[in-house]
Amino acid sequence: MLSRVAERIYWLGRYMERSENIARLVNVNSNLLLDLPAGVRVGWGSLIDISGTGNYFERDTQLADEKTVVNFILADKKNPASLINSLSFARENSRITRETMPMEAWELINDLYHYIRDRADKVTSRRDRSIILLHVISSVQQFTGLLAGCMSHNNAYDLIRIGRNLERADMSTRIVDAGLVNLLPHLSAGGTEVLEPYDNILWMSVLRSLSAYQMYRQHVRDRVNANAVVTFLLQNEDFPRAVAHCLKQLEQCLWALPNSEKVLSAIVNIQHKLDEADLDELLKSGLHEYIDELQFEIGNLHFKIAETWFLPVVMAQTQEQKSA
Amino acid sequence: MLKEVTMSEMNIDWQNYHSGHFYDELISAPGQPRPETKHLAQYLASLSGQELQDRKLSAELAIKTMGISFTVYSDAGNIDREWPFDIIPRIIPQREWQKTERGLIQRLTALNLFINDIYNDQKIIKDKVVPSYLFEDSVNFRKECIGMKPAYGVWSHICGSDLIRDDKGEFFVLEDNLRVPSGVSYMLENRKVTKRVFPELFENHNIVPVTDYPNQLFDTLASLSPRKADRPEIVVLTPGIYNSAYFEHSYLAQQMGVELVEGSDLVVDSDDCVYMRSIDGLKRVDVIYRRIDDLFLDPEMFNPDSVLGVRGLMRAWLKGNVALANAPGAGVADDKVIYTFVPDMIKYYLGEEPILPNVPSFLCVDKKQCDYVLANLDKLVVKPANESGGYGMIIGPQASKKELEEFALRIKADPRNYMAQPLISLSTAPILTNGNAEPRHIDLRPFVLQGRESCVTPGGLTRVAMRKGSYVVNSSQGGGSKDTWIVVED
Repeated sequence: MLSRVAERIYWLGRYMERSENIARLVNVNSNLLLDLPAGVRVGWGSLIDISGTGNYFERDTQLADEKTVVNFILADKKNPASLINSLSFARENSRITRETMPMEAWELINDLYHYIRDRADKVTSRRDRSIILLHVISSVQQFTGLLAGCMSHNNAYDLIRIGRNLERADMSTRIVDAGLVNLLPHLSAGGTEVLEPYDNILWMSVLRSLSAYQMYRQHVRDRVNANAVVTFLLQNEDFPRAVAHCLKQLEQCLWALPNSEKVLSAIVNIQHKLDEADLDELLKSGLHEYIDELQFEIGNLHFKIAETWFLPVVMAQTQEQKSA
Repeated sequence: MLKEVTMSEMNIDWQNYHSGHFYDELISAPGQPRPETKHLAQYLASLSGQELQDRKLSAELAIKTMGISFTVYSDAGNIDREWPFDIIPRIIPQREWQKTERGLIQRLTALNLFINDIYNDQKIIKDKVVPSYLFEDSVNFRKECIGMKPAYGVWSHICGSDLIRDDKGEFFVLEDNLRVPSGVSYMLENRKVTKRVFPELFENHNIVPVTDYPNQLFDTLASLSPRKADRPEIVVLTPGIYNSAYFEHSYLAQQMGVELVEGSDLVVDSDDCVYMRSIDGLKRVDVIYRRIDDLFLDPEMFNPDSVLGVRGLMRAWLKGNVALANAPGAGVADDKVIYTFVPDMIKYYLGEEPILPNVPSFLCVDKKQCDYVLANLDKLVVKPANESGGYGMIIGPQASKKELEEFALRIKADPRNYMAQPLISLSTAPILTNGNAEPRHIDLRPFVLQGRESCVTPGGLTRVAMRKGSYVVNSSQGGGSKDTWIVVED
């Protein structure tokens, strides 16, 4: 498999996963709002903080209203991580690599992109938005299923899975972090006594944004609380969106690829860091910093992967110039 | 039976379909379908305008979903446009096609003998059958290729010749595309779309399938491999996603199951062999189906600024370590001036009469012929020798006085670069517009493969000038296309 194709297909996996994550995140936040009392303002701005695109927003995220934020996250072409851009990038990568995948995969992505592009002006309406986002989520699931069922489980397939799991691990850490840093203190400022009963709702919404609520209940068998949620989302090896599970998947995919020693040892380091973490202690102080480190190392993993299998940076730059 | 159909309340009434003095592919006279198109004409007439419109929409949807697209260069920021397609197929009887097929193979065989001769012994020049200025002045002559002997003496392995029919229905060759002809993927996709849109039609017709092309292309390319490996490594070399034919490059790579590479994926090592950069390291490449123009192939030998090509590629090819299809320099024979000598080449190399005639042509390099062209500019079509895609040409009868005057100056400045032909009345075929059928001009581009063996696609890509009365069929200038059926008669 060509190095250039490897890179594209890896990014295809990432962008598809990112699209699904964005859709889930916005959907859950919309639903959460319906459950909160009229006096409580959950900042839509925190969604921007989670996605790490504050720089492109150019306004105060905490003051932003629903319409502005939703439009920015879903339909704004100027936001590199918006849903429409993620799908557009996924489509470009898939166009370039469509000879490696079953034809239906390209058709599905192409259709999905057209679907969003044709509805970009509807996402601010809550009713339409919900239908649109559910369609995105189910299409990405269909894509995953199509590849699992109709594509040879070869190097290309593994690279898509690497992209997907890396993106997913990254998103899960962001969401846990957002639960800790953004949602809670922001709400507390409004007065603890009002919020006590809603604390649960918030952590439930954190779980829901990862479709983890049901699996959490089955696994934890305890009321929803910060400690158990964070432990579940970081350390559980069975739940597909938990960080530990994503790392295990990555490790499996890497074994199948040539020359993977360096990347594998980086993964093993992150796994140790995750296993050994005393989350009870960290929750009292320092969890945010710990997650920051975790995110940094997951980000580094990308560079290790690029260094091992993708075209050398110089070549890639020539390509950029050529296509510019 | 047809009468019954036309008398009932149907949308298309072939009695009202008039193609003037042009040869029409579907009817021989108003209300009279040809024997091979009888079923089709009846069937179309049996559908209401609404039903036809629905089929048209479902074709457009299929094209969007399948992502069949092409690029227009002036469309900044818009990479692809959906492929313009007319749903009414064009039918050619197999009996007639077999002759055309023989003619095409005869023609490409002679052209390849000519190219090989030009780069080696130049017998045809020494025997004074063609003048030497022909290649000496050609912008597509590559002196770097002199002395090269590619496998089987074949330089142009994939050729797309443009055929037209005159008002009597006879096929003529309008031009040969021997460098990097495109369009074959649209031929294949058109058939798929028609199957989705008109599945019923396939029951009443015995249509020769086109799907074998990717296999034939693969076999042709494999036969060129310099290494006698069990499975030669074949790649398709594309300039990248912004090229107008990128869809086709990707499509063919996918259909053949080979890698689609860009210049940066390939490297020529110190052993003068070509390798691709894969996740396992470097991997030897045997055959490159290149879709990049000669001058961008290798910055070491040609355009030094090219970032599309591969440094050292020509070195590897000249040493016989890699096969290039089509071979660099093959374009020397698809110059529109050299075209006029093809019938002579067929006689010279094969000792045969040409099966497919050329369109009569005037060469401006010849003083007498040039004077004739200048005096009759308003009646002729004048083309530059080395442009494709319909660029830089003038259609005399449709040009303004000012345009004609300007063009005359260009011819006088560079007569070698121009040739002229009478305006041939291109045949017509019905297209569906507003639920009704109207005649439009069409041509045909069959694809011919030549390696160890030769073969021709059954039919080819029919291109349609979608504007009423227009003769310009190029997709870059608003042309569309049709599925083309070679039909076996009962």
